[in-house]
Amino acid sequence: MPKLVLTGNYTVALAAKMARVQVVAAYPITPQTSIVEKLAEYVDKGELDAEMIRVESEHSALAATFGAAIAGARAFTATSSHGLLYMHEWVHWTSHARIPVVMAIVTRTIAAPWNIWSDHTDFLGQRDTGWILCFAMDNQELFDLTIQAFKISEDPRVYLPSMIGLDAFILSHTAMPVEVPDQKLVDEWLGSRRQPYAIDGLQPLALGSLAWPEDTEEFFMGIQEAMEVAKKVIREVDESYGRVFGRSYGGLVECYRCSDAKYHVVSMGAWSGDIMEAIDMLRDEGYPVGLMRIRFIRPFPDREVYSILGSSRGVIVFDRAISFGSLGPIYLDIAGNMLKYTQKLPYMRNIVAGIGGVNVTYEDFIKLIKDTIDSLEKGVEPPTYTWYHKR
Amino acid sequence: MSRPIPPLPRDMRDTILPGHPACHGCPIPMALKTIEAALGKKLILVIPACCTSIVVGPWPGCAINASVVHVAFASAASVASGIVEGLRKRGIEDVHVVAWAGDGGTADIGMASLSGAAERNHNMIYIMYDNEAYMNTGIQRSSSTPSGAWTTTTPLGKREPKKDVARIMIAHGVPYVATASVGYLHDLYNKLKKAARIPGFKFIQVHAPCPTGWRFDPSKTVEVAKLAVETGLWILYEYRDGRITLSPPSRPYIDKSKRKPIIEYLRMQGRFKGVSEEDVRVIEEYVERTWDWIRKYM
Amino acid sequence: MGKVVLEVVPTKHKLPLAKPVVGVVGKTGSWRWMKPVVDQGKCVKCFQCEIYCPDNCIHVDPEKGAFIDYDYCKGCGLCASVCPVKAVSMVRESGGG
Repeated sequence: MPKLVLTGNYTVALAAKMARVQVVAAYPITPQTSIVEKLAEYVDKGELDAEMIRVESEHSALAATFGAAIAGARAFTATSSHGLLYMHEWVHWTSHARIPVVMAIVTRTIAAPWNIWSDHTDFLGQRDTGWILCFAMDNQELFDLTIQAFKISEDPRVYLPSMIGLDAFILSHTAMPVEVPDQKLVDEWLGSRRQPYAIDGLQPLALGSLAWPEDTEEFFMGIQEAMEVAKKVIREVDESYGRVFGRSYGGLVECYRCSDAKYHVVSMGAWSGDIMEAIDMLRDEGYPVGLMRIRFIRPFPDREVYSILGSSRGVIVFDRAISFGSLGPIYLDIAGNMLKYTQKLPYMRNIVAGIGGVNVTYEDFIKLIKDTIDSLEKGVEPPTYTWYHKR
Repeated sequence: MSRPIPPLPRDMRDTILPGHPACHGCPIPMALKTIEAALGKKLILVIPACCTSIVVGPWPGCAINASVVHVAFASAASVASGIVEGLRKRGIEDVHVVAWAGDGGTADIGMASLSGAAERNHNMIYIMYDNEAYMNTGIQRSSSTPSGAWTTTTPLGKREPKKDVARIMIAHGVPYVATASVGYLHDLYNKLKKAARIPGFKFIQVHAPCPTGWRFDPSKTVEVAKLAVETGLWILYEYRDGRITLSPPSRPYIDKSKRKPIIEYLRMQGRFKGVSEEDVRVIEEYVERTWDWIRKYM
Repeated sequence: MGKVVLEVVPTKHKLPLAKPVVGVVGKTGSWRWMKPVVDQGKCVKCFQCEIYCPDNCIHVDPEKGAFIDYDYCKGCGLCASVCPVKAVSMVRESGGG
């Protein structure tokens, strides 16, 4: 398989092209713009047989993507930050309608002030919506996740839309080698597009009419059920992709040196790569630490989280987002979901960092992890919540 | 030998199904019957938040014998755009996609998506049914509410003049723009038939007097609609290829002297109960200015 | 292979999808306080009442006249108003309505 050197944005565009998306409705926003530009180029060059709807806003972007999808087309869009917030009501609408759609999110800080660098607030702000949410660490995984997203969303056991996150600039504008599979193999593996219904004039159907409370609650319970089944589907897809394309990541989470770790770190996104470097260096110094990297935050990998962290001596959860007035979102998810399995939680520390795009390096991670473990080994529990800020 | 039934009402049968929750005398189902009669049953209506969202009735039933896609308030035109392109990509060419939105969902919150869809010239018919306020939420003003009218958010009467959305669509240069009225359903039917044959973005603004919001007896919906035309206040026309053509019911009223006095129209409606002489004069001037610019395009 | 094929595969989950039905909120004839009555002798079968009825509950037979489905007629009076020959009269609805 050939390897291309691609930025994250071009990777997403290429994957969408190879998934043969039929309609793209997108609006430019830094740092997503080159995804849309690349797709427009593919279409104009005849490389992609898709309709590009150059909508006038992000709200319309997801509205039009939704429209194309309910009419039966494989539809795709991408956005960031304010664009995602602007289309937020459509994010809910799409999952409630149980229509498969795939969207890439180049995560970017939300204003005020204007800030184009990465944090995960925009992405994690969607975690209640009923979308499958997954996050890439590097461009290879980004390519793989984008292709897989179509298969997961269009699985009749799931029928929920998917969002793929990639960090602004760190992935979106950074070129990395990406192994690109054969188009025929992708076609075969993805197969036909499946959706639960189509509104295409063949028979009269009304989508979204007023529903009484009990009926509404039943629709929503269906989404929660689908999320539960999606965990299985995601693992299946990851395995199948591994068999056919040669790359598998371990399912909903990736375990990096965590099977024999006594202390664990949790993270999501590009900085996980820096954490892995830090872990390698710490291991060399004798620190028994590993990383559980979150690939899918929805559905939440509760079983994996419990099995990996349940008997940890100490867990550090790095959050690149803050729920103001509370804690980091991933930390909250982990704590809550662990309680499904045990009322006795291990020591868990939340470190919020990298907000607004502050660059957190492997040196910072080494220091933070080392300090935490050293402290715990002395029998002193560090504060469970820290906002690590550096200038 | 039984006389054949003309298209209206023959093709209106089995379109709107009786037993829906619209108010007595509601203009919405009148227009919807006409739309489906003209365009046929292979029809997808894209409906944002508005009275019609409720008129079609609750899940699991629907009072329209056509497909309906309920959408967020601002999005009728953008979802319709997506449906049109999705169907086209699938090679489906014989289904009509119609965005059916109120004045609120078109002139106010829907203005951006309307403008976008019009500029991109998607092959759809956008129908703005104009009951001149946000009726579904209980009669609040929209930019399409005429000056002088009472609404719950303009208790002393709206100060600003009515926003002319049809004119905005003409300024977009779309292939076909028309105004229509529930008082003249044959005229609306003809316009729909014509629009269906024109490729690209078509816009029809249907005047839809609302008994509940305008405060008149529900039996008088058609009478009020006709009076709007007979006073010259609502002008029926078509715009195509850079020219405006007056529709037959409005043709006499290009002559100011043929128009019935506007006060007759205002007196029929409780929402104009508090209008002053000054308010009436302002409305008359607005009507005159509208005729002026229409003349320029004729 | 080169084009996406669509397969509609239903789900067992309840979906917010509705289908056309008569009487979606029941028999709206119960809304009436006035009732239209057609004088078939006067009726000229011009179809105006059927065309303008918002509830689509009048059917005009070109030979026999205009027939109202009282299960659904709300008694709005539009038929009486648009009838060019005043063949429809509105009478007070009898009984507990």
